[in-house]
Amino acid sequence: MLNPRIIPCLLIHNKGLVKTVKFKDPKYVGDPINAVKIFNEKEVDELIVLDIDATRNGVEPDYKLIENLANECRMPLCYGGGIKTPEQAKKIFNLGVEKVTLSSSVVHNPSLVTELANSVGRQSVVAVLDVKKRMLGSRYDVWTHNATINTKIDPIEMAQELVSRGVGEIVINSIDQDGVMKGYDHTIIEKIRAVISTPMTVLGGAGSLVDIGQLIQKHKILGISAGSLFVFKGVYKAVLINYPKPEEKERLISENRGI
Amino acid sequence: MITLIDYGLGNIKAFANLYNRLNIPITIASSPEAILEAKRLILPGVGAFDEAMTLLNQSGLTAVLTEKVIHQKTPILGICVGMQMLANSSEEGTLPGLGWIPGIVKKFDPSTIPYITKLPHMGWNTVAARPASPLFAGIDQNGRFYFLHSYYYECIDSHFILSTTEYGSIFTSAVQNNHILGVQFHPEKSHNNGVQLLKNFALTHIN
Repeated sequence: MLNPRIIPCLLIHNKGLVKTVKFKDPKYVGDPINAVKIFNEKEVDELIVLDIDATRNGVEPDYKLIENLANECRMPLCYGGGIKTPEQAKKIFNLGVEKVTLSSSVVHNPSLVTELANSVGRQSVVAVLDVKKRMLGSRYDVWTHNATINTKIDPIEMAQELVSRGVGEIVINSIDQDGVMKGYDHTIIEKIRAVISTPMTVLGGAGSLVDIGQLIQKHKILGISAGSLFVFKGVYKAVLINYPKPEEKERLISENRGI
Repeated sequence: MITLIDYGLGNIKAFANLYNRLNIPITIASSPEAILEAKRLILPGVGAFDEAMTLLNQSGLTAVLTEKVIHQKTPILGICVGMQMLANSSEEGTLPGLGWIPGIVKKFDPSTIPYITKLPHMGWNTVAARPASPLFAGIDQNGRFYFLHSYYYECIDSHFILSTTEYGSIFTSAVQNNHILGVQFHPEKSHNNGVQLLKNFALTHIN
């Protein structure tokens, strides 16, 4: 039986691995290549690596680092950060990466998705939407550039548009829940899940495996990603790369999916 | 030695990395001469069936591959779309396949799939292999592998089914016709199970 995917998400800042809280205060947690080696041993389902500097600083993706990551990965790897053109995306695929994820470039120019999907196949094209709830009311907005620019675009409409243009997977990343470890934002996840049927991955808020179990109960098959949960241990957030053991993961899934 | 067939499609680098780590020599072959030297062949593939067949046909390698595989009986392992290319045809395209293992590649029926996301079939699923298969030696029955596809291989003769997997219904996830093999999943991205399978293909007597 197919399992939901449980996916560590790693953030790259100044060539090191960091973890943020609400997209701020990046805390250094280690060396990215070393982290990939540990996640290989732990047999993680997939890995998402996001370079949080590239778009913000307006620089090219760090191809050397991406190649080193891809050389190590024995599981599917999704890379995001600074990709603006199909040529950049193709270069990254040739380094051995399975999926690329785009954010600000597709939010501002959704036709890039079609161009990319036509050249590399839609299953390899992912869009990540950084979403934040408005202070008043129930609406959400899509933000870009590490949550410094509010596009005022509705993520539900944006997700539908990107899917219609050829995106193979949508990642919903909650700015409010990022690094807080108090659970996922179920409201926006459910709103978007109700309108798209492509593969979907959610990120932001996991504080324990119970939070992941809740998503499995509700959605059965979903990409479930987490940052802090898989790099910190304990209330004082000591850095310790971790991931459920295979039998622990099977149990978490079977206990929650209810069949 | 493993010869990776380079016809412009598929993640050759992932296979090369994995075999390098195992200290098993590899060649990346894009010329007929290099294919003629092969002891074991891997046919990778991603994307659409017709695009893969077009690229293989344009590579000028089809004739030499036929000589190696059909006449010299060199073992070959097709991966994902590389497996589907071993069939006679695919519902995804109009071009003929290699036809080395009688079968037709069909699209999953979405109405049988009990999830919001019907296709692609993406993620880690269990594989039930035929007992005592050398390709699956040392791998747990119902071990998990990484899948990413929307079409599956339907064998004309059940004799060619090497493993099955459940996604809405039971489908064929690996095929074998003597020295010709194919797997629908991605062993190069399937952790220890995938490493073991690729090691088995390289080192054990396969028929």
